[in-house]
Amino acid sequence: MAHQTRSARKAGLFDLRWIIAVLFGIYGVVLIVLGVGFRTDEDLAKAGGININLWSGVGMAALAAVFGLWAAWRPMVVPERVEEMPPADDAAGAGER
Amino acid sequence: MSVLAGADLRLNAGPIDYALLVVYFAVVLGIGALARRSVSTSLDFLLSGRSLPAWVTGLAFISANLGALEIFGMTANGAQYGLPTMHYYWIGAIPAMVFLGLVMMPFYYGSKVRSVPEFLRRRFGKGAHLVNAISFAVAAVLIAGVNLYALASVVNVLLGWPIWVSIIVAGLVVLSYTTLGGLSAAIYNEVLQFFVIVAMLLPLTIVGLHKVGGWQGLVDKITANNSNATEQLSSWPGSNLTGITNPTMSVIGIVFGLGFVLSFGYWTTNFAEVQRALSAKNMSAARRTPIIGAYPKTLIPLIIIIPGMIAAVLVPEMGKAKAALLADPNAATDVKFNNALELLIRDLLPNGMLGIAITGLLAAFMAGMAANISSLNTVFTYDLWQDYVVKDRPDEYYLRVGRWVTVVGTVIAMGTAFIAGGYNNIMDYVQTLFSFFNAPLFATFILGMFWKRMTAAAGWSGLVFGTLAAVLVDILNRAGALHLQGQGASFVGASAAFVVDIVVSVAVSLATVPRPEAELTGLVWSLTPKSTRQHSTEGDGGGWYRKPLLLGIGVLVLTFVLNLVFG
Repeated sequence: MAHQTRSARKAGLFDLRWIIAVLFGIYGVVLIVLGVGFRTDEDLAKAGGININLWSGVGMAALAAVFGLWAAWRPMVVPERVEEMPPADDAAGAGER
Repeated sequence: MSVLAGADLRLNAGPIDYALLVVYFAVVLGIGALARRSVSTSLDFLLSGRSLPAWVTGLAFISANLGALEIFGMTANGAQYGLPTMHYYWIGAIPAMVFLGLVMMPFYYGSKVRSVPEFLRRRFGKGAHLVNAISFAVAAVLIAGVNLYALASVVNVLLGWPIWVSIIVAGLVVLSYTTLGGLSAAIYNEVLQFFVIVAMLLPLTIVGLHKVGGWQGLVDKITANNSNATEQLSSWPGSNLTGITNPTMSVIGIVFGLGFVLSFGYWTTNFAEVQRALSAKNMSAARRTPIIGAYPKTLIPLIIIIPGMIAAVLVPEMGKAKAALLADPNAATDVKFNNALELLIRDLLPNGMLGIAITGLLAAFMAGMAANISSLNTVFTYDLWQDYVVKDRPDEYYLRVGRWVTVVGTVIAMGTAFIAGGYNNIMDYVQTLFSFFNAPLFATFILGMFWKRMTAAAGWSGLVFGTLAAVLVDILNRAGALHLQGQGASFVGASAAFVVDIVVSVAVSLATVPRPEAELTGLVWSLTPKSTRQHSTEGDGGGWYRKPLLLGIGVLVLTFVLNLVFG
């Protein structure tokens, strides 16, 4: 695990948890705004009376908050050097060699 | 909502939906661009990817499979067959994933095999390697066609373009996405995609169940609409799924054909799946990867199959088509089961959530097709072209070949997409392909791993005859000689491929000379020292909650309970 390496630094934006937090933060806010400010009776009827934009938005914002807090609480660190480079993932990135 | 005849498959996407879609692709391409900007950050990117905890590799493990096949095929299956579709998860995935983690992973990881073709070359030499590389390349192109068809059908409902224009445009978009470097972020994208797909399916299921009157409402409506409702509402014996009327034989077909041959073949030898676990940071994490992935895999059918079942009672066109097809399997209908998910999204989700749903669909299909094309690229360039056709050229030469393979592969996939479009239920087609390619591979793999006497000639001949057996079953069934409807034909085909492969392999092995034992160390179970198969229980490998066996038993119990609930 990353915590034990001496010469290490934070991964910052490359931490997947931040990427998830940012994406779902944006989605959550947009959906909440839509759900509160722009809901129409037609939309409500479509979803059988549930304000699905609002509730999905709340759920996504909560997900974003969990990942953001987790990433802030335990930042990921990248080891400076890795002894043995694991093999390239052949299923991906072959065109990039 | 205005309903126009002829355009009633259109999703009513507005500016806000496209904006949400653009945000996703900006994030995905942004990851790729950031990773490319400088070598050191690219290294950071790869390294931080590798130091991710096991829950992330576990999610990537099932995400690699959560593409077009899963989402379209399984909602189509849910709409057509109902609860028996759950077997694709509870029988068809969980036991194999636990087996991979507990039994095979120590051996895979310990023997330092990196991929399936590599194992075959080291274990059996060139013959089996060549056969596997060719069949893998063919399968990759055909399955890329399935992904492309699914992608095109989303474009078709979104923009109203004819399906052939959609296929060509979607193919070109994937081609540019692949070359733009989206793949360098493969694992990150897979995990991101997992959350977007759940963000699409969970609200859809909740709204659908609410609108249909809860679970009881769904049961009542299915009972009222279908003559075979009892079969659709109980996962066993699944006669409607297998097409085998005798309940005992149907259960055997599911357990042996789907649960053993197809499932173990897929999960334990599939190139993309196994590699996710092999790239884990240590033995403990490698063993836990498929088992951790098994937990969401157990629960996700609830938000994939149930929406399919809801679509068949809530969407008028779908209900009409289902009734017509139930009466006559060859009836011409306006919509296909493959359309179930799009139709439900169209009817239930308002602008906003609609954008999330479109994003989830497009993301899954693009990533799925991109993975197919790039694995074709690798296998064709390195395992076929470099090993057998044009050897010993500089690296740039093979890089160029790889680029051309990407283009040619995409063009061929545009052609195979039309084959996929000809099936009413995409999953029938996919399971047929798996019976051709995965079932014999699993037989050769498992026999070669545990039987040191198996020879090189047996390696390739077993694969060839196994595949031929499955193809023969498919031809016989099409010709009407077998009378198997639904997916029973592929279960029988897979079982035939497995049995023929084993029989041919054993017969050929006994007639030919085995390889010396010294060459097989680390490749055959009995010749691999036990120490290389065990992992440390200290530090990262320690703690009772990290014990693979305990985690494995936990998920099997969960699966058993779900089987009782939906039995």
